Amino acid sequence: MTKRFGFLVLMFSFLMSTSMMASDSHSESGELSIKEQIKKDIDHHLKDSHSFHLWGDHDKGTAVGFPLPIILWDGQLHFFSSSEFHHHDNGVVESKGTFFKEYHSKIYITDAEGSIHYGEDHFVSNEKPIDFSITKNVFSLIIISALIFWIFSTVAKRYKNDPVPRGMAKIFEPLVIFVRDEIAIPNIGEKHYKKYMNYLLTVFFFIWMVNLFGQTPLGINITGNIAITFALALITFLITTFTANKNYWGHIFWMPGVPYLMRVVLAPIEVLGMFIKPFALLIRLYANISAGHVVIMSIIGLLFVFQNWFARGAFLGLGLFLSVIELLVAFLQAYIFTMLSALYFGSAVEEHHHDDH
Amino acid sequence: MEKLINDFSVGLFFWQTLLFLALLFLLRKYAWKPIMEAVDSREKNIEDSLASAEKARAEMERLQSDNQRILAEARAERDGILKEAREIKDKMISDAKAEASEQAAKVIASAKEQINNEKMAAITDLRNQVAEMSIEIAEMVLKRELSDKDKQGAFVKEQLANFKMN
Repeated sequence: MTKRFGFLVLMFSFLMSTSMMASDSHSESGELSIKEQIKKDIDHHLKDSHSFHLWGDHDKGTAVGFPLPIILWDGQLHFFSSSEFHHHDNGVVESKGTFFKEYHSKIYITDAEGSIHYGEDHFVSNEKPIDFSITKNVFSLIIISALIFWIFSTVAKRYKNDPVPRGMAKIFEPLVIFVRDEIAIPNIGEKHYKKYMNYLLTVFFFIWMVNLFGQTPLGINITGNIAITFALALITFLITTFTANKNYWGHIFWMPGVPYLMRVVLAPIEVLGMFIKPFALLIRLYANISAGHVVIMSIIGLLFVFQNWFARGAFLGLGLFLSVIELLVAFLQAYIFTMLSALYFGSAVEEHHHDDH
Repeated sequence: MEKLINDFSVGLFFWQTLLFLALLFLLRKYAWKPIMEAVDSREKNIEDSLASAEKARAEMERLQSDNQRILAEARAERDGILKEAREIKDKMISDAKAEASEQAAKVIASAKEQINNEKMAAITDLRNQVAEMSIEIAEMVLKRELSDKDKQGAFVKEQLANFKMN
């Protein structure tokens, strides 16, 4: 039992060693109406952050959280703590002769005063270093990945001496079987499904866990980042492309069973389809999770907009209801991503059907 | 779209890919492989057990029907043996009876014949003796008659007495 809680204690003690930091949002924008503040908070939440904000007070300008390491590359490596952005009033950090400023969750190269310039397209025109920082999302990813690894290696150890699933194995085995029997086998087929199981299981539990953590008051939004879903969809695309058999490529470049002229017309469409499929995957996951976070945060924000207790009660109930829906969405999106990945793998290894043409 | 591209963080992409691949390889080695193996072997075990139970049941049924058949056969054989024994017994008794009566008849017949023979022999013998004596008596009578009539009479009486004694 003590071993089981060891990890939680470690996590908890890490959270305890937080430092007080001044919130930058208050100082730079002055007084905001409550609606503007909510909108700002939602925008801020949807983006990644360079420090881990836990809670705070806008009026007093305090925020409780902990800083995270900043790792930048602009020809040379820069490494410092995110707390250094708050050491000077203008928010500029100097590292190896270059000045950096964090502006709307992004780090830009500036002059010593930290001036930000806008281009004609209304985006910041300052040069950006390549940002390899351990951001809030990266930090959460490390924790969640470690948690997933801990859970499933513990489950695996259960089977060593005892074939009967007990403890955690009892909870997670049905889900593993679900991925195998409901996702992998029906879409890929008995013959080939085994080589894809590692990826399908990992991606399923990864997305599900990350989505679930997005539901916690820690306020992290990982799968609502396009970079995350892009990375996942890219792996699906690469696996599909590199395990595809002759039949798959035949269906793309020289569609069997249609007139020759149609084959020429269909080929570019099919090639485009190769990329559209994973692209749809990444947009679907990103959009669903982002939208869920926006809706829940807006409903919670409305609790503060309305001064009427009846309205607050109604929005509290609605928020609760939507949170439950989001729990379902968290699972559903993991399922859909995994299912569609399996479908693409299935089409990649589909055997040639003689009776088709 | 422009906002999406602007929001795309290379660093986050880099870390996500790195962490996810690391997680994938670690889980493959330490989780999915042992879990899938355990699940597969258990499922196979269950299937095998069910199949062998089914086989054992069929075997049982076969044995049971065999037993039934053997029992019926044994019963029929026993009945057959009993019937045969009864028949043999009846036959033996009737045979013995027939033989005994035949034997008895034979014995009686031979006894009768023997008696008859003896009787005939005795009769013949007696006839011969009577004839002989008659001849002797007649001889003596004739001799005495020739000498003395009284004596003849006495002689005949004497001889008759002799006969009686015989």
